[in-house]
Amino acid sequence: MKEYVLMKGNEAIAEAAILAGADAYFGYPITPQSEVLEYLMAEKPHERTGMVVLQAESEVAAINMVYGGAGCGRKVFTSSSSPGISLKQEGLSYIAGAELPCLVVNVVRAGPGLGTIQTAQSDYFQSVKGGGHGDYRLIVLAPASVQEMADFVGLGFDLAFKYRNPAMILTDGALGQMMEKVMFSEQQPRMTEFPEWATTGKSPGRERNIITSLDLDSAQQEKFNLKLQAKYRKMEEEEVRYELIDCQDAEYLLVAYGTSARICQKSVQLAREKGIKVGLLRPITLFPFPKKPLKDMAPNLKGILSVEMSAGQMVEDVLLAVNGRVRVEHFGRMGGMIPSPDEITGALENIFIKGTDHG
Amino acid sequence: MTEEIIIAGFGGQGVLSMGKILAYSGIMQDQEVSWMPSYGPEMRGGTANVTVILSDERISSPIINKFDTAIILNQQSLDKFESSVKPGGVLIYDGNGITRHPERTDISIYRVDAAEEAATMKSAKIFNMIVLGGYLKAKPMVKLENVIKGLVKSLPERHHALIPLNEKAIKRGMEIVRTVHEPSLN
Repeated sequence: MKEYVLMKGNEAIAEAAILAGADAYFGYPITPQSEVLEYLMAEKPHERTGMVVLQAESEVAAINMVYGGAGCGRKVFTSSSSPGISLKQEGLSYIAGAELPCLVVNVVRAGPGLGTIQTAQSDYFQSVKGGGHGDYRLIVLAPASVQEMADFVGLGFDLAFKYRNPAMILTDGALGQMMEKVMFSEQQPRMTEFPEWATTGKSPGRERNIITSLDLDSAQQEKFNLKLQAKYRKMEEEEVRYELIDCQDAEYLLVAYGTSARICQKSVQLAREKGIKVGLLRPITLFPFPKKPLKDMAPNLKGILSVEMSAGQMVEDVLLAVNGRVRVEHFGRMGGMIPSPDEITGALENIFIKGTDHG
Repeated sequence: MTEEIIIAGFGGQGVLSMGKILAYSGIMQDQEVSWMPSYGPEMRGGTANVTVILSDERISSPIINKFDTAIILNQQSLDKFESSVKPGGVLIYDGNGITRHPERTDISIYRVDAAEEAATMKSAKIFNMIVLGGYLKAKPMVKLENVIKGLVKSLPERHHALIPLNEKAIKRGMEIVRTVHEPSLN
């Protein structure tokens, strides 16, 4: 019988990747995500499934190894934390431009620059609005528990291959470092057949496969851009994921993902004990963002508080989704500080009910 | 039933591993659990703390600032967390090195002199298990048999020979813990 194990979020990602039948991991250590690489090195997945684990010479090297592995049609991934993810942006733009599937994990720490090793959510813009150059999108998944850290590895690979697009797990230092119980799925075999676009060596019967993000013909490049945009619209139609908690009778709505969503669940309980009807919308996909449920709920709400450990990044997408139908404000802490559940409840009261804080 | 616990002391005292064993014990009795360390640029001799939550329901926030129980292993942690215990809650502390003792009158206070006992038992490594025993006696939220199962799960197999010694330490902690203060019931 399968049983629960107690594991850190970072370790759960590593184990889930082995079980998902990943072919290779390329990474470079950085706090607070180093346990991904450490776990993989200790677990020796090449002895379990044949999976390659390689510590690259830098984050830039790691993302380009991912580019190469993805070009061969293999299930490959990398992980890092904010400063390291910044270094990977050129590679991500190229991988998106070459329409290749891969998984990238960002265990966010506070910035800008080297910032601190403590948790934050200030890489939202970078993750959902591009980060690298050009009109591209990542599929961005935001787990809120160690179980989801594990589950979203397989989901991330599936979506990446379905859309031939890089997928990102956007998590944070708190989720990476905390332990919860987790139940893993069965071992998936590694792929033995590869997509027809993969550069696995030309056989006599077929055309050459070329993987590139370069097209010097502007008309062709625009055509390709339109194709990408159509793909992103399809994701917006088919892949939006979110969770609603206590929203049936809610007059106020908290919107939060990841660690903030966990804290907000407690804030909802605390507010309801005081008789304030509060609900929580937890986006699970940050791109595509759950615009429609927010738009639909807006007319029945007195206010929305977007909670994020940042200066206010996701709040812009909440504002766009409700388009002026209801007042939207942001509350957050920065620099590695984590808001407490009653701090959030207090902010909600001060901004929307007492009017003592203007958000 | 939900039990929200902070364990705080020096790095190297076994704070994190005590929390892990407690969390595993919760899993052994089919509870939801979370283990949230203060992670930072910390080292041996610095402060270390971990929040452990055991619950029969889905755990909302793993990050909290009020606790049902505080297990306190040094003066800095006592100064920092005494006020964070919920009214009616429990504070357990080791008196070793404590110059200002807990003063709250609205919570139950227990003392377990684990450092002294570990020295008597000639094993510094079992210090945290003596403390854990004190907690189990003061607040029996997890059964001893589940703690032992938790130990088996959280210790690498090469250390399994030490489980009887750990069990002995837990039982010793249960014996030596003493009540300092209990709020009156009226």
